[in-house]
Amino acid sequence: MAENHPVAFQWVIEAREKNGAKVIHVDPRFNRTSAMADYWLPLRAGSDIVFLGAMINYVLANQREFREYVVRYTNAATILREDFKDTEDLGGLFSGFDGRKYDPESWLYQGAESKHVPKTGGGHGKDRGGEAQDVHQPIRDETLQHPRCVFQVLKRHFARYTPEMVERNCGIPREKFLQIADIFTSASGREKTGAICYAVGWTQHSSGVQTIRSACILQLLLGNIGRPGGGILALRGHASIQGSTDIPTLYDILPGYLPMPTYEEKDLRNYIQKHKSPKGWWYNLDKYIVSLLKAYYGDAAVENNDFGFQWLPRLTGDHSHFGYWTDMKDGKLEGLFVMGQNPAVGAPNARFEREALARLKWLVVRDMVETETATFWRDDFEPSEVGTEVFFFPAASHVEKAGTFTNTQRLLQWREKAVEPPGDCRSETEFVVRLGRMLKARATDDPRDAGLRALTWSYADDDNDQVLREIHGWHIGGEPLRHFGELKNDGSTACGCWIYSGVYDGENKALKREPHGRYGHGWGYAWPLDRRILYNRASAAPDGSPWSERKKLVWWDEAKGEWCGDDVPDFTRGKRPDYKGDEDRGGDEALPGDAPFIMHPDGAGWLWVPSGLKDGPLPAHYEPLESNLENELYPQQKTNPVANRMERPDNPYAASPDERFPYILTTYRLTEHHTAGGMSRTLSHLAELQPALFAEISPELAKEIEVGNGEWITISTARGSIQARALVTQRMPSLDVQGRRVHQVGMPYHFGRNGLVTGDIVNDLLAISEEPNVKIFESKALTCNVTKSDIWPGV
Amino acid sequence: MLAELLLKWPLIRQLRDRADGTGPESMTGRTLELAPKNEGAKSARSICPYCGVGCGQLVYHRGGKVVSIEGDPESPVSRGHLCPKGAASYELVTHPGRAKKVRYRAPFAREWVDLPLEQAMEMVAERVWETRARTFDRTHNHTTGMAHLGGATLDNEENYLIKKLFTGGLGMVCISNQARI
Amino acid sequence: MAITGFLTDSTLCIGCKACEVACKEWNEVPSDGFVFTALSYDNTAALGHSTWRHVKFVEREPHAGHGGNSPSHVTWEFSSDVCKHCENAGCLEACPTGSIVRTEFGGVYVQPDVCNGCGYCVVTCPFGVVDRRPDDGRAFKCTFCYDRQKFGEQPACAKACPTSSILFGDLEQLQQLADQRIAKLHGEGMTDAKLYDARDTSVGGTHAMFVIRGDERAYNLPPNPEVPTVHLRKAWTSAAVAAGVIALTTLAAFAMERRS
Repeated sequence: MAENHPVAFQWVIEAREKNGAKVIHVDPRFNRTSAMADYWLPLRAGSDIVFLGAMINYVLANQREFREYVVRYTNAATILREDFKDTEDLGGLFSGFDGRKYDPESWLYQGAESKHVPKTGGGHGKDRGGEAQDVHQPIRDETLQHPRCVFQVLKRHFARYTPEMVERNCGIPREKFLQIADIFTSASGREKTGAICYAVGWTQHSSGVQTIRSACILQLLLGNIGRPGGGILALRGHASIQGSTDIPTLYDILPGYLPMPTYEEKDLRNYIQKHKSPKGWWYNLDKYIVSLLKAYYGDAAVENNDFGFQWLPRLTGDHSHFGYWTDMKDGKLEGLFVMGQNPAVGAPNARFEREALARLKWLVVRDMVETETATFWRDDFEPSEVGTEVFFFPAASHVEKAGTFTNTQRLLQWREKAVEPPGDCRSETEFVVRLGRMLKARATDDPRDAGLRALTWSYADDDNDQVLREIHGWHIGGEPLRHFGELKNDGSTACGCWIYSGVYDGENKALKREPHGRYGHGWGYAWPLDRRILYNRASAAPDGSPWSERKKLVWWDEAKGEWCGDDVPDFTRGKRPDYKGDEDRGGDEALPGDAPFIMHPDGAGWLWVPSGLKDGPLPAHYEPLESNLENELYPQQKTNPVANRMERPDNPYAASPDERFPYILTTYRLTEHHTAGGMSRTLSHLAELQPALFAEISPELAKEIEVGNGEWITISTARGSIQARALVTQRMPSLDVQGRRVHQVGMPYHFGRNGLVTGDIVNDLLAISEEPNVKIFESKALTCNVTKSDIWPGV
Repeated sequence: MLAELLLKWPLIRQLRDRADGTGPESMTGRTLELAPKNEGAKSARSICPYCGVGCGQLVYHRGGKVVSIEGDPESPVSRGHLCPKGAASYELVTHPGRAKKVRYRAPFAREWVDLPLEQAMEMVAERVWETRARTFDRTHNHTTGMAHLGGATLDNEENYLIKKLFTGGLGMVCISNQARI
Repeated sequence: MAITGFLTDSTLCIGCKACEVACKEWNEVPSDGFVFTALSYDNTAALGHSTWRHVKFVEREPHAGHGGNSPSHVTWEFSSDVCKHCENAGCLEACPTGSIVRTEFGGVYVQPDVCNGCGYCVVTCPFGVVDRRPDDGRAFKCTFCYDRQKFGEQPACAKACPTSSILFGDLEQLQQLADQRIAKLHGEGMTDAKLYDARDTSVGGTHAMFVIRGDERAYNLPPNPEVPTVHLRKAWTSAAVAAGVIALTTLAAFAMERRS
């Protein structure tokens, strides 16, 4: 966090200095965060679920859970089906595995109706409500004694995640683990909370989603969700990466986490039937999709044409980055737009990515500098052999256009425009608006063009204010909405992204700059409805009073008959804590007044995920796709059975184990650079701070390969070899794992061929792979070899 | 005139002020008139374009040019602080390596050539239109013949328009961004 | 006008180098060259003509279970070095052109429009801070953001510092804050924490103070910095004695001659 989000880290320092908070850092290398931590635990890259599983086991074995929170606010008491079989019973697999993928039927709650499983999907669509659960009332045992209640299943499942397993697999001494487990789990209960912050060190794994799930289970058991000082914070790496998920430039969702339709969803009724949840907030899904269609297609969207639902394209498979990039490599794509991203350096198996670009007919790159993606044709190839037509458009910078970024805490902040962009530089808004006009002008009467013709596109050239109003929404023919609570399913409202509705109720709240209170209300706008801490109903006890004076956030005010407090309550204001829930009314009204997790149909925090995940209802440790070690937790099942290796001759893997590649490679960012380097290697004041690519290795490994600090080394994987300077440091320690000495190699991935400082492309070493839920690749743990270089570049 | 000049001579000033020649008496006109370069400049309230923390920035500008970029002390996120990347924002928007011309590389060509912006836009529209016509799948009302990548560095409004036009208008489903990186 | 100073606290510094960059951006200081040193994460290496804030990285051996901040095992420390703006400033005393002046805030400021690049200040700085730029020969160092201070703004480095490890303000208040900080660190078991302000040396105290742990030499800070002018009295005495002896000898020689 200190390494890549230094300014956010001031709050950690403040908590440490003013409140005596303990800072624990778990990372294979000792970095700038470790330097500021009270405790640092180096672990073997790729063993996170062993560590977190053992923390969960520690909580359960030592009764460290926040019992009342767990019983009342989570699904710990819910009884599961008899036909569910755990990894304990099936040698590392859950029930429902057909040799290729899981049928998640047996993971449902006892008594739940059978669900149809979508054939396509994955990705962020997992958040959709309707797919998960139904109207039935879960059967619960609040004594948590029933052998098939989630709590007991959890206990059995995590029993093998012992401190000894941590010592053998993570390389963390048993007593160090126990010390840290004791400290962390003490941040629990009415008076105390603890937070977990993570970044892509957790997600870029073949079981990335399940790593985050482990953290969720741990925090729910400790009662650390929805409370001040608690939570799980994803430290995201781009200015609006949160925004580009909320209003997605992603294939599988529409704005506001509405799923993209598949071919099976013939009409709007099918779609709503499948995705609308009878209970909980996703009950409103029909209002949101209809209002989005009204925003897209305007007056052309009417009830008897399903509001234009048939104009939305249908998904037929994996259209994610790696899905379509492999098609590109195979010559199946003609054209590509790249805007503000540099896959020639930043994407895994970057050589593969660049070679795919050479198979395109045309490529449009928009950026502030000529990135390696724009110049791929002269970097790796003989230009006369590359038939790709390349258009490079210079982009406006953040000070040359007005608009909103959404930060990692869901905060929308509007930027004012300071100056005009120079030369041919233009905003993406201007580019897309004008391109849209040109294409609409070409639309014919062909049914193929019906959606394009209907698409409302009366935008000024460069006016994001107008676009933000559309995102917020309005009553057709009239006033702006107050917020998404006013949306209707009858076509009388339009709204471009329901979760953002509220940001422009006549006033642009993303531009507000009058902060007050300890949560910064009055500065920007946090979706939804300016709530700064999600699920904050959980900050109060079931009876509506704060858990403690010290940790109060929102509470029930009996005199006023509503929820109030220091944050905007993430709960229906007038819903009493003792309200029982009305099954007949459906939606939010079906949930009782002590059910804080309103997006879920059962209103509970999910220790157990009954539906929506592709690789199991609980996390299980699997080895990385390339690993020289055994899976000691489940010896019969080495890797995630449903992760997609995407293995092919141009995306090869090492064997596991493979004596050619004896070391573990992990990649990361440095404070001084930004992602693929286009915004940092080009700047003199940043380039000088980290001017060269290096690999961090331990003195032990340096001795083994006879390399001195600063000398050139060659790092190779099954994908290829690159060169870098050796940075020999004790901060990258070798560890004792499974009875042998394991050396880890750490490399920043910022370097490429353009810019003021250059270096080999680290991502050339990675394989393209897809985690089953969100299709993220594995960059944080793979196998490599390191040797002293025979030839020293530039010497 | 001569007297005036003599009076400005540091030695005379030192003698008159009985100073030792290391203080204001030795300051030149430039030093005495020194002012911050953003003094009197307008400021725009902005947000750092690098990571996801969302630190507040004040962009000082004068005569259509950026003068300096600093942290916004009122931001409850960042309290006026910036990291080295955020602190380098002035160079980011003004550095000489920034591309300012539309560039075009014809198939099999060895070099870029410059292209007028309008012409380049027209050419791109034509490529999109042709590819879409060639690759459109009527059964699924979509095209997988062209794709889009990027969005995490862009504004919400820009992502909205890209998704609306590309998916809602053109039927493109191959859309992705850094949210997977 | 308040006398101001910096208090740079290495126990709060995260080594991000925002101070280096913010300084260069504000003062339009060019880059110092793209040289990979392999010295931890430090590639600007030292204060110089084009690096007026410099973050030093001190690496020691980490211990599993102990963060770098733990009292018992110091592992990786960062300290942002800067011109000390000495009370008795060697550079200022040596400058023959009147280029170097002391400002109303107590800082030591090199006037670039006067400096002729003689380099006397470079050799008389006890901390090796002042440096001549090879292209135009003039001497450069931290200006204490004199331009900003004149208008009530804090220096760019202190403003940017994410963790407020660089504090700027009234010198006396900072001295009190420093004492409190040291006491707190001692109370937390970091008994090696101390303040470096060269108060008891011939430098006579500085306007840039540092909270550090352990030996100051690890941070590139001299234990006993000396202003070269302390030797002046001795030098002048010796010179006077020598002159006297020479004069007497000469007179004596004349006297002897007359006699003979």
